[in-house]
Amino acid sequence: MTQMTGDEISDIEIKLLMEGLFQVYGHDFRDYSEASLRRRLNQWLSTSGFATISLAQSQLLRDRALFETLLRGITVNVSEMFRDPSFFKAIREHIVPYLKTYPFVKIWHAGCASGEEAYSMAILLIEEGLQGRFRIYATDINEEVIQKAQGGIYPLQELQHFTRNYQNAGGTGSFSDYYTARYDHAILSANLRENIVFAAHSLAVDADFGEMNMILCRNVMIYFKQPLKERVLALFDSSLITGGFLCLGTKETLDNRNISSQYETIVPRMQIYRKRYAKK
Amino acid sequence: MQRNSGKTFKAIVIGVSTGGVTALKKLLGGLPTDFPLPILVVSHISPDSDDGLAVLLDTLCSIHVKEANEGELIMPGTVYLAPANYHLLLERDSTIAFSIDSPVNFARPSVDVLFESAADVYNKTLIGILLTGAGNDGSKGMLKIKNRGGTVIVQDPVDAEMDSMPKSALQLLKADYVVCLKNIPELLHNIVEGKL
Ligand SMILES: C[S@@+](CC[C@H](N)C(=O)[O-])C[C@H]1O[C@@H](n2cnc3c(N)ncnc32)[C@H](O)[C@@H]1O
Repeated sequence: MTQMTGDEISDIEIKLLMEGLFQVYGHDFRDYSEASLRRRLNQWLSTSGFATISLAQSQLLRDRALFETLLRGITVNVSEMFRDPSFFKAIREHIVPYLKTYPFVKIWHAGCASGEEAYSMAILLIEEGLQGRFRIYATDINEEVIQKAQGGIYPLQELQHFTRNYQNAGGTGSFSDYYTARYDHAILSANLRENIVFAAHSLAVDADFGEMNMILCRNVMIYFKQPLKERVLALFDSSLITGGFLCLGTKETLDNRNISSQYETIVPRMQIYRKRYAKK
Repeated sequence: MQRNSGKTFKAIVIGVSTGGVTALKKLLGGLPTDFPLPILVVSHISPDSDDGLAVLLDTLCSIHVKEANEGELIMPGTVYLAPANYHLLLERDSTIAFSIDSPVNFARPSVDVLFESAADVYNKTLIGILLTGAGNDGSKGMLKIKNRGGTVIVQDPVDAEMDSMPKSALQLLKADYVVCLKNIPELLHNIVEGKL
């Protein structure tokens, strides 16, 4: 047999480790896309003090605290408020009118990272007069970011960018009304937080959430391979009411998926879909 | 010296920043419709750009140019541009992946991210090209391509609108070719045809 390259060996090490982590901790990264996973794992490895994944493995399987650092290292938690302003504008213009027809709406942000997207939605819905008529469920696999999200505190230097996004997204108020600046950070107002329930939830292993009017899962499935994407979409399908909305990231589509035919495109190019009333 | 003889190539990656539009017009404009390799490009563009650059280049060049889609299998004779605000990575099965991970070298998409992931996949069958630009994005990626046995081409800093990207790469590694932009299409032809 020919000698394997270092690359081939490290691919095998990654597979073995993911299998072990699943069996020990129940966290399933086996169907994550490899390119990003490899990049993140190598970054984690370079700060961990271990020379190879195999050398790290024995301790990772025994030491939960060490595993937690890996989990935080693997997941990409980058987010921003009103990311893709034109998407939020489309929600405001095309989806809110439908939402207003319900007495109460439930919205699920799956893979909410540190909460920026969920807070953006809360602001938008309040500005549209839905205060008291909605609840947002925001979930993520990474408990550390969930805690951050609960705090609603962001570095002040990011606020300038968030403000620009808010304006481009068609915000009707003044963004500074939604936070208080303290030293080098901004604290979002408590009345935004009242509308949001943050919880840990894994799309890879956990069950569905009932009866949602809208589900947003943006820039989460880009890290998943096909089988996991299908699992997650099936989960969303069973959590969404008929006539409910499914929103993906601007570079993701619902084309050629098992559930595709049950959904229609509502806003082209914005990846906003609606679950059909009549089954096709 | 026939350092490339017998070597087959599977893909080309290109990184460019300031001066990118002009440079890409020239380089891609010099390639034929039936160019035998897929080409992946990271050009630093502002986060709110649409696919305008790909559309423009497609009308100006004979080779097909498009914005990359998630999960897409890369094909010969096609140029894939990274969309704004996403890193572009390559999977082992030659499909395209995106990430919204933090900017690298202040850039998203980042040249290093594409080059490093493509080097993992293609090793010595990859050609990396670094063109004009401010900053130093792409240097580490070029080094990785080189270390994996791939071929690296750097635009001659004298020829570049902004010389710092090519210069910083040349400080880090010895390029296989340091050439003017206008000579790159012919160079690529000769490399892929095994004439060099
Ligand atoms: C890049 S962030 C997306 C944030 C936000 N939706 C946006 O688009 O700005 C991806 C998030 O997905 C989370 N994630 C990754 N795997 C997950 C899983 N199996 N279940 C739930 N969340 C997951 C990560 O922890 C991370 O916070």
